[in-house]
Amino acid sequence: MLKKIPFWITYVFLYVPIVVVVAMSFNAGDSPYSWSGFSFSWYAELAKDEQIRIGLGNTLLVATGSTVIATVLGTLLAVGLARHTRSKILDAIATLPVILPDIVLAIGLLAFYSLIQLTLGLYSVLLAHAVFGTAAVAAVVRTRLNGTDPSLEEASRDLGANGFTTFLRITLPTLAPGIVAGALLAFTLSVDEFVIAFFTAGPQSPTLPIVIYSMVRFGVTPEINALATVLLAVTFTAIIAAARLTRLTERR
Amino acid sequence: MKRSLERLTLLGPGLGYLTVLMVVPLALVLSYTIFQRGRFGGLVYEPTTENFLRAVDPLYLDVLVTSVEIAGVTTVLALLLGFPTAYVIARLPGKWKTIALVGLVLPFWTNFLIRTYAWIVLLSPAGMINDALTGWGLIDEPLQLLYTKPAIVAGLLYAYLPLMVLPLFAALEKQDDQLLEAAANLGARPAKAFLTVTLPLTLPAVITGCVFVFVPSIGNFVVPELLGGGQTAMVGNLIRDQFLKARDWPFGATLALILVAMLMLLLMLQAWSARRLTGDKNA
Repeated sequence: MLKKIPFWITYVFLYVPIVVVVAMSFNAGDSPYSWSGFSFSWYAELAKDEQIRIGLGNTLLVATGSTVIATVLGTLLAVGLARHTRSKILDAIATLPVILPDIVLAIGLLAFYSLIQLTLGLYSVLLAHAVFGTAAVAAVVRTRLNGTDPSLEEASRDLGANGFTTFLRITLPTLAPGIVAGALLAFTLSVDEFVIAFFTAGPQSPTLPIVIYSMVRFGVTPEINALATVLLAVTFTAIIAAARLTRLTERR
Repeated sequence: MKRSLERLTLLGPGLGYLTVLMVVPLALVLSYTIFQRGRFGGLVYEPTTENFLRAVDPLYLDVLVTSVEIAGVTTVLALLLGFPTAYVIARLPGKWKTIALVGLVLPFWTNFLIRTYAWIVLLSPAGMINDALTGWGLIDEPLQLLYTKPAIVAGLLYAYLPLMVLPLFAALEKQDDQLLEAAANLGARPAKAFLTVTLPLTLPAVITGCVFVFVPSIGNFVVPELLGGGQTAMVGNLIRDQFLKARDWPFGATLALILVAMLMLLLMLQAWSARRLTGDKNA
């Protein structure tokens, strides 16, 4: 029993802040600290908040756009790296976005955009997010590729199919679960990403994390608690749904 | 010929994209380290070593040392808490193991800023912890918990603890219990068995976990700003300020290069130790 103490500390440590934030979102008063009665008023406040609505719209646009780019590029890259090259350098380029500190990529992109005199807006964030998205998709698809048998592709070629047909009818369908998982990862990473967006977004086009950041910096209000609770509910539901879905498909 | 066309269509688009939007920007940052800042924030393309000399100025060196210190303490605490946690999870029965793992990553998938915000709510003078301590009569005046170094450590630990537990769990779960039984049969006490069997076998995972926690901690500028309240600057804050406030891009780029160089050294050390410890030439 004594041995399990650090285990319980970890979980208490992980969940106490979340429970406090969620509980305080239902506070009637305007302090996020002291309880003064139950109310949904901060959710009403949240629904009216124009900034948050703009931020959410921007985030969804950036995440969708960058995920589309990342899924196409990442899938092609994964197949290419696994089947057509042994180059360590190309490998390193494809994994670099995952290990590079986000602030370094952020300043690099800012410097690059400024050099080519691209006005910062929403698309500058979208293009930036596709960088680590591509790496994420490529990484996930490659783990799937490692588990598949290349002889299927060889058989298809031997039977007279050209490279394109083989890719479309054999490679893609076997990789489909990996591609979907990679796309989901790229989307989630983009929705949550703050640092790169902070450096590359135009002043008129903040993403949701940027809006949250300026709210938190400006001061704590229970409205942030309400927003946090909504985001938590969405994430928890999505994760549980994804877990159920993978269990269902695995069982089949 | 056909084969090379195929290779080009598969590798070309992705690598082209990463080259334009990652390799070129990084090369740009690298080149900025030897240039000077213009009077109005632009660049003067005259080579100089001034940026590097400035980075080792006690004022800035202090920030680097503080960053290493904070990220280091966070990593050690994550290991002390994460190792026993991973050990317990690895020995849970099937269903509970899954629940414990999902429970571990759930907070991790929630927005990073929200997780940091939660600690402001907890640590504020009027916050939960001070409230409880005064309520129990343990203290008379609220403690200054927020805007301190421990607050930054707490925020970073909260953000990255799962990254320590997961690799440790993977290694501990693979470990064969028969090895421990053999050690016990040969007369080793649990502590000795742990030190001579479990620890050496999990050392590569320990190092991986430490790298996973240390790397994002040291470059972080959000936690030091929100929980440190600008009292403690870390290298991430410094880089951010050089790019967005002071507009001294060459100096900011130099600091970024120093950060990357430190991390590269760490990753090389990790790869080297993984090779040594597993005796695998291909690892």
